[in-house]
Amino acid sequence: MKLQFKYDIYTTCKVIMKENLDKLGFPYEITGLGEIEVKCDLSSCQYEKLKESIKKYGIELISDPKNSVAQRIKDVIIEMVYMEEKRPNLNTSDYIADKMNLSYGYLSSVFAEVTYTSIGNFIILHRIEYAKQLISEGTLNLTEIAWKLNYSSLAHLSNQFKKTTGLAPTTFQRIIKMRNNTNS
Amino acid sequence: MNIDPLHILFADDDQDDRLFFRDAIEELKVKTVLTLLNDGIELMDYLNALDSKLPHLVFLDLNMPKKGGMQCLQEIRSDSKLKDLSIAIFSTSSSEKDIEETFVKGANIYIKKPNDFKELKRVLSEVITINWQYHSSGLNKENFLFRI
Repeated sequence: MKLQFKYDIYTTCKVIMKENLDKLGFPYEITGLGEIEVKCDLSSCQYEKLKESIKKYGIELISDPKNSVAQRIKDVIIEMVYMEEKRPNLNTSDYIADKMNLSYGYLSSVFAEVTYTSIGNFIILHRIEYAKQLISEGTLNLTEIAWKLNYSSLAHLSNQFKKTTGLAPTTFQRIIKMRNNTNS
Repeated sequence: MNIDPLHILFADDDQDDRLFFRDAIEELKVKTVLTLLNDGIELMDYLNALDSKLPHLVFLDLNMPKKGGMQCLQEIRSDSKLKDLSIAIFSTSSSEKDIEETFVKGANIYIKKPNDFKELKRVLSEVITINWQYHSSGLNKENFLFRI
């Protein structure tokens, strides 16, 4: 039988980090998204040990401060996109700058430097990604998905979807359905 | 983007197309390591012989003698070692039916072969960028479909 599941990546990563830090015996405090304050200095050997133990989960420790800023911006954006409460008037640049307590200009330039794309593009990519996920799940129709993702209309979603993927959402829907049919 | 160069494979039976592709890739800002293959059999032999790092992106011409792009696609997707490869199909066809079929069979990217060099560079740059996003941002590869 086929099992489908949703996941909350933050809870997953948090639990994994906690388990591994507990196992290695390092005292710590979780201080934010993707951020942990280890209450002692780690020797390079201990740091490597921790790195190794979480590698298999696809979790990486970030050492370069710019990478770290870019990663946190990504985390804030993802949290914003998947936010359950609807806030259609959310100004994304203000939200991000506030959350990170840094100027948007600085954040934009670091982000572009590290990821080779803009914050705006990244946001669109993730909104469309969420749309694809919802389309694959099949419980909401396209209009409901547009509404859930704070698009002003299905046409607006369709336009952005097509611009980002080269395919109309209905085409994407059809392809996923056909793939599932051939696989089951 | 990381400093690790991107490993790219391109299989096409037309020598001019292979050189065109290589020149376009070399002019992009991104650091790449390119392997060119002449047809589907060479491609599958190459992939099956690899026991180390798999390529980041495989470009396949749809129409190749001996073993065509569609068949390679199906073989790759049913191989446990290779099934998660990012695959881009190159074709001269713009038939909606052909395009949908390649996606249904498991392609991630469908590219209509551009006629001019500048366009090819632009297309490759976009494909590499979006593939990179899937590689680096934990996006779901199952839903990675891109047409250009």
